[in-house]
Amino acid sequence: MTENYSEIINEVVEQFGKDRSRLMDITRAVHAKLGYLPEEAIGLIPKALGIHRVEVRDMASFYAFFSREPQGRTVIRLCNSVVERMKGADAVAKAFEKAAGIKFGQTTADGMLTLEYTACIGLSDQAPAALVNGTPLTNLCPADVPAIVQALKAGKSPRELPQARVDLNLRQPGPVIFAPMQRGAAVRRALNMSPEEVIKEMNASRVRGRGGAGFPTAMKWDFCRKAEGGAHYIVCNADEGEPGTFKDRVILAQCPDLVFEGMTVAGYALGAVEGLVYLRAEYEYLLPSLEQCLAKRRSLGLLGENICGLEGFNFDIRIQLGAGAYVCGEESALIESLEGKRGAPRDRPPFPVQKGYKNEPTAVNNVETLCCAARIMEKGAAWFNAIGTKDSTGTKLVSVSGDCEKPGVYEIQYGMSVDALLQLVGGQNAQAVQMAGPSGQCLAPKDFGRSICFEDLPTGGSVIVFGPQRDVLECMHQFLEFFVEESCGWCAPCRAGTTLMCKMVEKVLEGKGTRNDLRQIETLGNTIKTMSRCGLGQTAANPILTTLRNFSNLWDAKVRSEDYVAPFDLKKALQEACAVTGQKPHAEE
Amino acid sequence: MAKPLVATAPFTGCFGCHMSLLDIDDRILKLVELVEFDKSPINDIKVFTRPVDVGLLEGGISNDENVEWLIKFRENCKILVAVGQCALTGGVPAMRNTVPLKECLEEAYLKGPTVIDGKIPNDPEIPILLDKVYPCHEIVKIDYFLPGCPPSADTLWAALTALLTGKNVGLPYELIKYD
Repeated sequence: MTENYSEIINEVVEQFGKDRSRLMDITRAVHAKLGYLPEEAIGLIPKALGIHRVEVRDMASFYAFFSREPQGRTVIRLCNSVVERMKGADAVAKAFEKAAGIKFGQTTADGMLTLEYTACIGLSDQAPAALVNGTPLTNLCPADVPAIVQALKAGKSPRELPQARVDLNLRQPGPVIFAPMQRGAAVRRALNMSPEEVIKEMNASRVRGRGGAGFPTAMKWDFCRKAEGGAHYIVCNADEGEPGTFKDRVILAQCPDLVFEGMTVAGYALGAVEGLVYLRAEYEYLLPSLEQCLAKRRSLGLLGENICGLEGFNFDIRIQLGAGAYVCGEESALIESLEGKRGAPRDRPPFPVQKGYKNEPTAVNNVETLCCAARIMEKGAAWFNAIGTKDSTGTKLVSVSGDCEKPGVYEIQYGMSVDALLQLVGGQNAQAVQMAGPSGQCLAPKDFGRSICFEDLPTGGSVIVFGPQRDVLECMHQFLEFFVEESCGWCAPCRAGTTLMCKMVEKVLEGKGTRNDLRQIETLGNTIKTMSRCGLGQTAANPILTTLRNFSNLWDAKVRSEDYVAPFDLKKALQEACAVTGQKPHAEE
Repeated sequence: MAKPLVATAPFTGCFGCHMSLLDIDDRILKLVELVEFDKSPINDIKVFTRPVDVGLLEGGISNDENVEWLIKFRENCKILVAVGQCALTGGVPAMRNTVPLKECLEEAYLKGPTVIDGKIPNDPEIPILLDKVYPCHEIVKIDYFLPGCPPSADTLWAALTALLTGKNVGLPYELIKYD
């Protein structure tokens, strides 16, 4: 077997030019060929690349989509994120377990099926959803499951299943992202200007990053352009992993040209020779159409050498697939992942614009931001900044899911109130709105008059509506579980803090909490917020901290009046030992 | 006025925190002037003889006997202080928490490379193990936490004298900084 592996691995390594920075692709390809990563493979890959074994194991052990154990021929990854569970994912999970005769985390004896859970896969608007060998199945209901399992066990391709359809759910297109575009118009206009003038135009548009942090795009480009380095890079962050976000899915399906157009404009402005799209593994099914779009642009002279006839402007785009890790949405973790390492955030400074991909100046922009950049080039800064508010120009895509009639993507003008959005989506009777996903804030009706914009309520795009019957605190607990799972483990406040906080929250939700426990949860939350190394940890406590503030009535109703309540149950704690040794607990206990 | 009473408990730990207490050197003479010890391994008093002012707890809680005594400490002490990492978090003994108890016992008493004719001990006199090692505060209310592995003699001295003289127990950063 080892000899066999060796041949396969050498071939794959050769295919990627023995380039260590392509370790992610190499490992993905080996995983695809062998169905998992056996220990021998983890030994052979570094040999072929001339690196240390630990570098491969370190990387491979980090990502959710790499398995070190043999998996079934078909791997079903059911999304059990909060919105999915609101929509009945638990019942679907039970149905899968029954139909397949195994539990989640297991593989059938015949090696046909593996059941796994996965975090948000960007389909909250058509939940419950699952990825089957990368193919999305949507709007699942328990009654469908037996037929799905039967078909897959019979060797049918998941693509042939009736549930294998992704609705676009673009409910409201707007002028910036989803208006019709003329391929190449933005690039041609940019090439008629100097790179400095392009950045000046961006600056005049006052466009800010759409991922959530809102950093001025022109400033980022300017820093990057001016930073010294052997090469400059533009990176498109298509790793939207914030639960409840799926706007990039719709952009990439509907108007990938606009994204690549924006990247090419950025490439010109930065003096970059290469652009990279970091595409989350969950969106692998979009890859063929994206590659097709890139090929088309190459054939039209919009990518490649001497673009649009401009002598010396050479720029191309490569798509790098991820392997399932929320933290890779953080730009420095994303860069690490692009370089074929585990996605642990870097220390800053130096910032990516100074030392990013391969230690060269790199601008990392959100998919939506790059679309804005293309549109600004096409239509001008004045046109763009006439839309929206003073400090938040343009439009914003929001992905709305949860308890509302019309979940989907809406291109709204900045400045829209939460109330107006709820009207639009049919979620008027909401008791709470999770703005900007779990890392954002949980809003109570008193805040529904506030506006969606950088000045008031910034958002990366995720808006989750909680209806009147929803157990909001349980949803917050599930958000916290998500952060526990996705913490990269580097720093203690995030790694240990989220776990401790989760246990404390569980104690309260089980009815064993006291007022003192709530105070301790808040103290710990603030420690996690202020002491964590990256944005993941700094926001991980938000679901709990914002509900302690906005829904204190719900928390107060959960706690007991005693000074102290022990979560400990002696009888339960002794059961295991008594079963093993046959000892009997003393009567008085 | 009677001297304040102190009791100390060694639960599942290494006795390092007790050793650290003895490490206060000649201050132990001052301590003896300041306090009287009730139940403690230091004087080998086995049971509580009267209500105690301060109870110092070392170690995590790993068996039913630990639980029983921890509850007695709570009943008999006005102030309970969890001392050291094991009492605070379970510490090193809690490393077994990631392995099911059955596997731990089998590895130790049946499958270990030096085991001959192994048998998992089950004498009724032996305390029954809990499913995992618990920190003290998950079983009874703890008033103060003194981190460290072990907390230094200076830390213990500062905390104890502050408690016994009714001063503020806020310790300076140097005494609770461990990296």
